[in-house]
Amino acid sequence: MRHETPRLILLLLPAGIFFTAFFLLPLSRLFAIGGSGADGFAAYAAIVTDRNYFASLLSTLALAAATTAATLVISGISGVFLQRSRFPGNAILVAMLTFPLAFPGVVIGFMVIMLAGRQGLIGEIALRLTGEKIVFAYSMAGLFMGYVYFSVPRTILTVMAAAEKLDPKLEEAARSLGASTWQVVRDVIIPGLKPAFISAGAICFATAVGAFGTAFTLATRINVLPMVIYTEFTLQANIATAAALSFVLGAVTWVVLAAARTAAGSSVAAAG
Amino acid sequence: MTEGFKPIAITLENCGKTFADGTRALHPLTLEIAASETIVFLGPSGCGKTTTLRIIAGLETPDPGGRVLFDGEDVTALPIERRRVGMVFQSYALFPNMSVAENVGYGLRVRRVAGAEAAGRVAEMLAMMRIEALADRRIDQLSGGQRQRVALARALAVRPRVLLMDEPLTALDAKLRDALRLEIDELLRRLGITAIYVTHDQAEAMALGDRIVVMDHGRVAQVGKPRDIYQRPSTRFVADFIGTMNRINGTVRDGAFVTAAGAIPWREAPPGASEALFRPEDVTLDDTAEAHLRGRLTAAFFLGDRTRLFIDVGMEKPLVTETGARRDFTHDEPIGLRIDPRGLMAL
Amino acid sequence: MKRRGALFWLQLGFTLFVCAFLIVPVFLSMMAGLTVNYLTGIESGLTLRWVGEVWSGYRDTIFLSMGIALACLAGTLVLGIPAAYALAKRPTAMTRAIEELLVMPVAVPGLATALALIVTYGAAGGFRTSWTFILTGHILFTLPFMVRSVLAVLNAIDLNTLEEGAASLGAGFTQRFFHVVLPNCRTGILAGSLMVVTLSMGEFNMTWLLHTPLTKTLPVGLADAYASLRLEVGSAYTLIFFLMIMPLLLALQAMTRHVR
Repeated sequence: MRHETPRLILLLLPAGIFFTAFFLLPLSRLFAIGGSGADGFAAYAAIVTDRNYFASLLSTLALAAATTAATLVISGISGVFLQRSRFPGNAILVAMLTFPLAFPGVVIGFMVIMLAGRQGLIGEIALRLTGEKIVFAYSMAGLFMGYVYFSVPRTILTVMAAAEKLDPKLEEAARSLGASTWQVVRDVIIPGLKPAFISAGAICFATAVGAFGTAFTLATRINVLPMVIYTEFTLQANIATAAALSFVLGAVTWVVLAAARTAAGSSVAAAG
Repeated sequence: MTEGFKPIAITLENCGKTFADGTRALHPLTLEIAASETIVFLGPSGCGKTTTLRIIAGLETPDPGGRVLFDGEDVTALPIERRRVGMVFQSYALFPNMSVAENVGYGLRVRRVAGAEAAGRVAEMLAMMRIEALADRRIDQLSGGQRQRVALARALAVRPRVLLMDEPLTALDAKLRDALRLEIDELLRRLGITAIYVTHDQAEAMALGDRIVVMDHGRVAQVGKPRDIYQRPSTRFVADFIGTMNRINGTVRDGAFVTAAGAIPWREAPPGASEALFRPEDVTLDDTAEAHLRGRLTAAFFLGDRTRLFIDVGMEKPLVTETGARRDFTHDEPIGLRIDPRGLMAL
Repeated sequence: MKRRGALFWLQLGFTLFVCAFLIVPVFLSMMAGLTVNYLTGIESGLTLRWVGEVWSGYRDTIFLSMGIALACLAGTLVLGIPAAYALAKRPTAMTRAIEELLVMPVAVPGLATALALIVTYGAAGGFRTSWTFILTGHILFTLPFMVRSVLAVLNAIDLNTLEEGAASLGAGFTQRFFHVVLPNCRTGILAGSLMVVTLSMGEFNMTWLLHTPLTKTLPVGLADAYASLRLEVGSAYTLIFFLMIMPLLLALQAMTRHVR
């Protein structure tokens, strides 16, 4: 409508001021502080040059990649299955699978402890079966389990929404041309779900790179980047390094999400 | 029921519109619309007709130099909410969060018209559009035709100075469109309101308009009464856009228009004309030796009450005519044609 | 109905396994919170003792979290709805960029945002030690969810035509906004609100760095309890947390299903 630009600017202003004062400004300050240590802005290179930091960067990325792959496979199978097959109890299964949707990381850490901790279910079962107790909650494996736990509910929702929009006629067309079940999956279903996979996968990846609560609950000695930053900041009081590392961490996740958004063509709604 | 409507005259002075990206949606246009007149803007999509309507409504501002006058008062700077117009949108723009009655009463609500008076006016409008039974329905429970009635009732409830309609029937199916067209026509005559109607459908324009403004590429191609526009199109575009037009090439010689397919007697032919135009209804079939033109049938569509014939006379496009003859036509059969000289035109 | 092949049962089995993976620990922890001794098992008897202990020790964190969540909701409504409206009205490259920026606090790890806030405002004593410091972080993190949710609805309805319809009937901007725009994006506002409250209640990544000993939120208390107290107490605390967010989660789920 006519002459509404000033009004729209006015409406954007409160959010804009808040955002500038409490995000843009602090982030630029963080950037400056990251370069204020003994090494100056070379601190930003430390993540690659320092062997310890580089090792934790690599293990963080490896963990995130593994989490993403596992989550996509699990959610792809179950999501498409639940969307396609109608059977009694379907709705209950969906409700259960998406129930942990908004569990915070700390709680998820605790769920991993319930499963694989010292008094965990898996350990008990293993003890009865093999006479040996399995405990892996307080390690990289536990963290992996936690991140998969975190990511599966929201990824299943994304996959189901995408699967619902897949035109069943494409599948019928492929079958009419003689495609086998496997060929239909490979040539029709997976390509059709690709945008959903990319966007959900990116969120998975970004969460696994940047999340902190789960790792904190499981053990402070797991060597992933968020824990390293936390240790630098609180225990070593090394604020410049912590700032530089967290800035790099932020940049990595942001780039992953932005790249996925470009690739998927649609909006990738990131989630905590 | 007609009291309360005070129709106004509308003047557009040099109203042009150039959008921010530089596209010229409308070349400066000047037009007088009389009080109580129904004027129809007709043209293909992108011709500038909707832009013109939106300038009159106050949803767009004309380029500098353009003015919109309501009964002589300059309203160019007034936004739509202060122009006291009624508008019917192509997509109806009914508020999904309100019932039918609330939609119809919304204009009164923002004008702070009090309870009983407002209720009375809403009831009157619902009765006028024969939708009393729908008063408490939600919008998503209505059919397309019902929505259109609600939209009309809502626009008229505030007793606007002018009723603006932007392709109001386009979203409806053909039968409903015909019925509602008749109803809108009857309503406009009865209320005597100044009405501006935008459409791309020439039948609608012919039926409703006191005058039609034919537009093309942001310019006015012709303004006139429906009959004038149909019978005396002033440009090739108007001739082609309104109805079906046959054209045939030839030369004027001795009071006749001589073509490769035969000669048509044409005493008033403008000297030097190289093309004759005529409507399908001015063509009759003629098997005798006196036939003006001769050609071969390329296609015949049986339409029930009549048959539409396409006849190749060696021109770029076949000639079109319709006949009520009760017989079968066969492809490629020779056809003789007689043209009524009163229907002949040159451009 | 066609006969179900082996593939169906295979997929069903797999899905049931995933389901168990997600739900069994929830049940285990709920049980543990009500069991006298988890190691001995349910035979040791049921008790509310652990719940009581948590309530007396951590009651404040629960109330603080609820307060922050509500304040956060108010903040995101006031900041987010006008912003979403402005973004919906002008879908240009500029507003796309602004939208992208607004979503950054979700993409950037909470740890980094929290550090940035601390190095910038840490010295502002009154602010640093008050609960509003945590609130600031929560609004940053949840605002994108409100904006996105409202924006999605605004983009789905024909906002411009509806507003033009209202304007043609004489409604000025304020009337249009409150009579037509707000009521028609209430599903988006509701979904956004549920998301904001749920996320604020559970936010830990930022809050762990932003909190002070006097401003502990529920997840901070949870982390405390997990680290230092016996499993039964941690479980009882988790149980309380579940009870608090369960209605929110169920409502969210109902809405997602409704939207689908």
